[in-house]
Amino acid sequence: MELLTEIEPQIAAGTLTLDSRTPSGPIEKAWDKTKFEMKLVNPANKRKYTVIVVGSGLAGGSAAATMAELGYNVKCFCFQDSPRRAHSIAAQGGINAAKNYQNDGDSVYRLFYDTVKGGDFRAREANVYRLAQISVNIIDQCVAQGVPFAREYGGTLSNRSFGGAQVSRTFYARGQTGQQLLLGAYQALERQVDQGRVTMFPRHEMLDLVVIDGKARGIITRDLVTGAIESHVADAVVLGTGGYGNVYFLSTNAKGSNCTAIWRAYKRGAAFGNPCFTQIHPTCIPVSGDYQSKLTLMSESLRNDGRIWVPLNKGDKRKPGEIPESERDYYLERRYPSFGNLVPRDVASRNAKAVCDEGRGVGESGLGVYLDFGDAIKRLGQKTIEERYGNLFEMYARITDENPYKVPMRIYPAIHYTMGGLWVDYQLQSTIPGLFVIGEANFSDHGANRLGASALMQGLSDGYFVIPYTIGNYLASNKLEKVESTHEEFRAAQDGVAEKTRRLLDTKGTRTVDSFHRELGKIMWDDCGMSRTAAGLQDAIGRIRKLREEYWRDVKVLGSGKEINQSLEKAGRVADFFELGELMCIDALHRAESCGGHFREEYQTPDGEAKRDDDNFSYVAAWQYNGDGSPLLNKEPLTFDYVHPSQRSYK
Amino acid sequence: MRLTFHIWRQPNRTSSGKMVRYESSNFNPDMSMLEALDVLNEELILRNEDPITFEHDCREGICGSCGFMINGLAHGPLPKTTVCQLTLRHFRDGEELFLEPWRAKAFPVLRDLMVDRSAFDRIISSGGYISVPAGSACDGNDILVPKPYSDRAMDAAACIGCGACVAACPNASASLFTGAKVSHLGLLPQGQPERNQRALRMVAQMNAEGFGQCTNIGECEAVCPKGIRLEVISRMNGDFIKASWSNRGQQSVSDGV
Repeated sequence: MELLTEIEPQIAAGTLTLDSRTPSGPIEKAWDKTKFEMKLVNPANKRKYTVIVVGSGLAGGSAAATMAELGYNVKCFCFQDSPRRAHSIAAQGGINAAKNYQNDGDSVYRLFYDTVKGGDFRAREANVYRLAQISVNIIDQCVAQGVPFAREYGGTLSNRSFGGAQVSRTFYARGQTGQQLLLGAYQALERQVDQGRVTMFPRHEMLDLVVIDGKARGIITRDLVTGAIESHVADAVVLGTGGYGNVYFLSTNAKGSNCTAIWRAYKRGAAFGNPCFTQIHPTCIPVSGDYQSKLTLMSESLRNDGRIWVPLNKGDKRKPGEIPESERDYYLERRYPSFGNLVPRDVASRNAKAVCDEGRGVGESGLGVYLDFGDAIKRLGQKTIEERYGNLFEMYARITDENPYKVPMRIYPAIHYTMGGLWVDYQLQSTIPGLFVIGEANFSDHGANRLGASALMQGLSDGYFVIPYTIGNYLASNKLEKVESTHEEFRAAQDGVAEKTRRLLDTKGTRTVDSFHRELGKIMWDDCGMSRTAAGLQDAIGRIRKLREEYWRDVKVLGSGKEINQSLEKAGRVADFFELGELMCIDALHRAESCGGHFREEYQTPDGEAKRDDDNFSYVAAWQYNGDGSPLLNKEPLTFDYVHPSQRSYK
Repeated sequence: MRLTFHIWRQPNRTSSGKMVRYESSNFNPDMSMLEALDVLNEELILRNEDPITFEHDCREGICGSCGFMINGLAHGPLPKTTVCQLTLRHFRDGEELFLEPWRAKAFPVLRDLMVDRSAFDRIISSGGYISVPAGSACDGNDILVPKPYSDRAMDAAACIGCGACVAACPNASASLFTGAKVSHLGLLPQGQPERNQRALRMVAQMNAEGFGQCTNIGECEAVCPKGIRLEVISRMNGDFIKASWSNRGQQSVSDGV
């Protein structure tokens, strides 16, 4: 393992040409210009094309529905029993849009600016601008579908503010915005199922991508009920399979969320962008025991009315109500007077960790800070607070057995979102022609840190308003030979999947899949989590490799592959998490700077903020699979013609 | 904390099943019911016994994946709580718990506690939407919705499609589920153009799937983890009757009555 101590010089340059296809000219016109220049598919010909969409969340569901509306023949796959279960459903707080309905100075440009700055200058400007432009159409579309957004008494749409912004541009449906937006997309999707233009494949998991003559031509799936391994042919493949936060075992992701689809695509040649950019959400319910299976998020919108504090003095174990005002430290309000409790997520999370590391954390474990609604209840009354956050308060009470109307909530940061993902160009195409990646699954528009209420916006923007255009351009510009599922590439891929399944079942070791997953998660959280060091990352890479080797020698998966077998499903996903975890550490190690959610302890300003190195790291790291050798590094340089990089300041 | 479970074990859709007894002391009052099953499954795997299959995903009570009967109650004894958020502190140390899958003709058991709820998707597919292709919407604030209507639409839209209502109903009726969608969309101005067709088609599909009729027992409302109110069924019935009258002679709706 001596190579680990000097990994950086070992990184070899990749062989990919990363053409971002960013249009030239003024950014305001870029998307219009692209749309005009793209080739179109004649309406009568659209039904002759088959498009596979993997994933049925906000991105996948809206993409599948919209492409079917246009006339394409769509096959949509999800591992859940119904497309309505996709994890987008759990998003709580809201969706941003530059509507300026509040007349408070918002604009497309301001949303663009906030997102580029919030992302700590590691996103592609043109993509972010387009996202901000499209944001307004998303709200219109969702309202028309019947999404019951919060309203004012006059019947107009209501807004609230969110972290990282000084305007109120967040639309919401109580604390269930993701659910309502997803149901809108799901209903649009079911309408297309009704019309026979979408064939739904629930309880199917994508286990490989098939590339023929350099183009994505289909996928291999496992039917999770019968265990059948099947080939599906298409003219293009769209992945909307979400993020990979579950590499940490404990995260706010749903238990089934996994990286398998994007990881198999990576191994087939799709570059992986910025894998180490993960988001730690500041407001989650703290861990309570080692049996814990997941972490529960409390919407960031709570920071609108809740005040975050810890005791001023170390080791103060009094009950929160017994600590007088003068002995409380409202550390965010103190350090960031202009943004206060509404600083971006990465800043809020790091500060929580810092005060806990100082020994001022609260709760039994000492890993928690108070989120206090006392003042807000006094100011607005309990009824208003109940209306705004009722379901969140109920959820908190159910889990912790404490009443947040009476005692402050305890919160602690947790893994929540992954900004990294498969690299895509402006048209959302990966480095494999015909393979498109949308939503959280791509390396996305959020740079090194995503602002609250922007994930829903990006998923729906990609699905409703970007991919329906760019897929047509691809299909119209490429001559695609007819391919059958009996093609040798499909057969080989199918055999590969069957072999891997067999290997997992035949290992018959002594440790369960979950025990390995927990151990991997702990390594990742300790060394590739909220703060990172070169030494820790090097050590983590070594331990992951060792653990992965043990996994393939000692994992215990019962049952067969010919039936419903949840352990087998998990086993395949965890096998991929091992490989992705290692790549995340390599990426985090190579990026010798701090930016957004990627905080390297070696690189910080005197007052503890992330210190970027724009001279050396203003690029997207697009990793290329290299067989059993070390991954190769390709760089897409980032230029900022509009929002000029500066040290982010929320003071 | 020690608990004794009696759990329905059934290897697949066609085999017969039976209750099997499991006992363990490795529980903790702060665990959720699903975490208790995780703990039990880890023990089973290490003893070379097949782990218990149960559906789950978000574990935050919003995806609607999880759900089974605990001592005859859908999602267990705590009101407005799915099994993923039901902590063991609501049970006594040493208590005996009987876990069974949702029982309904329209929800065949796939394995152990996992059932097939695809009938719900087919009900939504039969008109549970507003037909508005992407790109054709007007400005969001062009459609004004009075707050009380918007709030009531949201109350109905909160349904997570878990199926507890069907499992709790002695008739295995899906009226609360279907009524919730009919009400959500029917309460909004956007939902008016298709309101009649929606009620007719969704009710017809509900019946075709083999769900029973509603006889106003109210068990569904009592177990609903999202507090969907019985009034959504009245709204659905009202819409259905109005639509049937206004539709006379146009098409046969006999399969829906």
